Amino acid sequence: MRFLVTVNGGGAPPDEQLFAEMGRFVEELTRAGVLLATGGLDRGTHVTSSGGNITLTDGPFTESKEVIVSFALIEVRSKEEALELARRFWKMVGDGEGDIRQVFGPES
Amino acid sequence: MTSEAGTAAAHRAIEAVWRIESARIIAGLAGLVRDVGLAEELAQDALVAALEQWPAEGIPPNPGAWLMLTAKHRAIDRIRRNERLGARLSLLGRELETEQHSVPTEFDDVVDSDEKMGDDLLRLMFISCHPVLSTEARIALTLRLLGGLTTEEIARGFLAAEPTIAKRIVRAKQTLASKQVPFEVPPPAERPARLASVLEVLYLVFNEGYSAMAGDDWMRPALCAEALRLGRVLAELMPAEPEVHGLVALMEIQASRVHARLSLAGLPVPLLEQNRGRWDQLLIRRGFSALLRAERVGGPPGPYVLQAAIAACHAQARAPEQTGWARIAALYQALALLTPSPVVELNRAVAVAMASGPERGLEIVDRLATESALAGYHHLPSVRGDLLSKLGRHGEAAEEFRRAATLTRNIPERTVLLQRADDCAERIQPTTR
Repeated sequence: MRFLVTVNGGGAPPDEQLFAEMGRFVEELTRAGVLLATGGLDRGTHVTSSGGNITLTDGPFTESKEVIVSFALIEVRSKEEALELARRFWKMVGDGEGDIRQVFGPES
Repeated sequence: MTSEAGTAAAHRAIEAVWRIESARIIAGLAGLVRDVGLAEELAQDALVAALEQWPAEGIPPNPGAWLMLTAKHRAIDRIRRNERLGARLSLLGRELETEQHSVPTEFDDVVDSDEKMGDDLLRLMFISCHPVLSTEARIALTLRLLGGLTTEEIARGFLAAEPTIAKRIVRAKQTLASKQVPFEVPPPAERPARLASVLEVLYLVFNEGYSAMAGDDWMRPALCAEALRLGRVLAELMPAEPEVHGLVALMEIQASRVHARLSLAGLPVPLLEQNRGRWDQLLIRRGFSALLRAERVGGPPGPYVLQAAIAACHAQARAPEQTGWARIAALYQALALLTPSPVVELNRAVAVAMASGPERGLEIVDRLATESALAGYHHLPSVRGDLLSKLGRHGEAAEEFRRAATLTRNIPERTVLLQRADDCAERIQPTTR
């Protein structure tokens, strides 16, 4: 089963050590056959659709804590495995916020 | 949360840690005690200790290191009690002495370096798929030691009785011990054959999962994911082996069709009739990059690379009519040269028929009609029926489909074949009857 692990903004920017640790973590997850894709996200453009009117607004947004800044798509055997890996990730990163959500495939 | 529910949640969390860590722990221990059976027992002891202590104390910061250290302590206890293993005590004792002086903070402090760990994992893969074991035993041992699956899960995955699998695993471990199979990466002379065995086991597990039907236990399709995961692990351990990347590419691309290969009614949907929108593009792309890695390593393409290249041809086509059949036919020809088999020849016939017309395909199929290896193989009459119906020979085609239906034990498949027989029968012109 797939999970999308997302990290919200607002945290401290990674220092060199964290950067290296993250690199190792990503490599380990790749070697374990778990990591399918990962990436960082731009602030982007916000879309509102209301009564046929589509409004596009460029960032920045008020609360960066509410905006996803990076993600990892992982394939694991249970929800608990996803939670355990997320726990390891956050232990490394320190303070911040994010989510772990199961991704349903093309079947549903 | 009640304490019972809390304990159950803790147990699930511990099982997840076990799934993540067990292969590396067993591999590391086997590297130390040189006996996979003993290594697994020691790792299991550590798991039992975790199940006793973690629900109350919480999961330690480095669960993998905790499990490894605990297992090593158990190893010392066991070895002290077992004279036969006494010789290994000094080695282990030395290692543990240094560890006890400093509380490990990092996984790497307790567990060996990444390189050493990778080597041990690779040795574990090779020994689990060792040719002294039967194919069934290799599969069970691989899923158990490298997949971290329980005996019950393996039994459910393979529609087998749990005691059968349990016995199989026990005997496999006994065989490895009694034949004194070394815990090693095979020397270069043996490596191609030994690697072929590892790849075969992974592909058999994958295919078992792939053959799962709607309504089957979820453990069956989970075998696909497990084989794919182990293949990805192996590809990182042996990046210079093109066939490993070939197998990974093949499994990634086949797995991309998992959600398109059965209809809502649970009937198998042939490749060309599948809704390509339901193919998983992420897995397809992963398959392509694995195939590229194989090509970059170089050398003449092996059977898995060729099969993956065929799968890639299908994956590349946005619509069935855009399929590069000539290339597929050529790839099957190359495959037939490497691994001559009537099944490959039958597949080539299908590709040739698509590329150059049903007559050309039928010529190949008719040459196969006398092949005894295909006597009970329902795909032969099924393909022949398909080609005959394309040539307008509906009466003969209906007969072939009916014959195919009697040969398959798969009920949904039989339903499809009988339907095709009826369709052909309806098309027969009264004058030609």
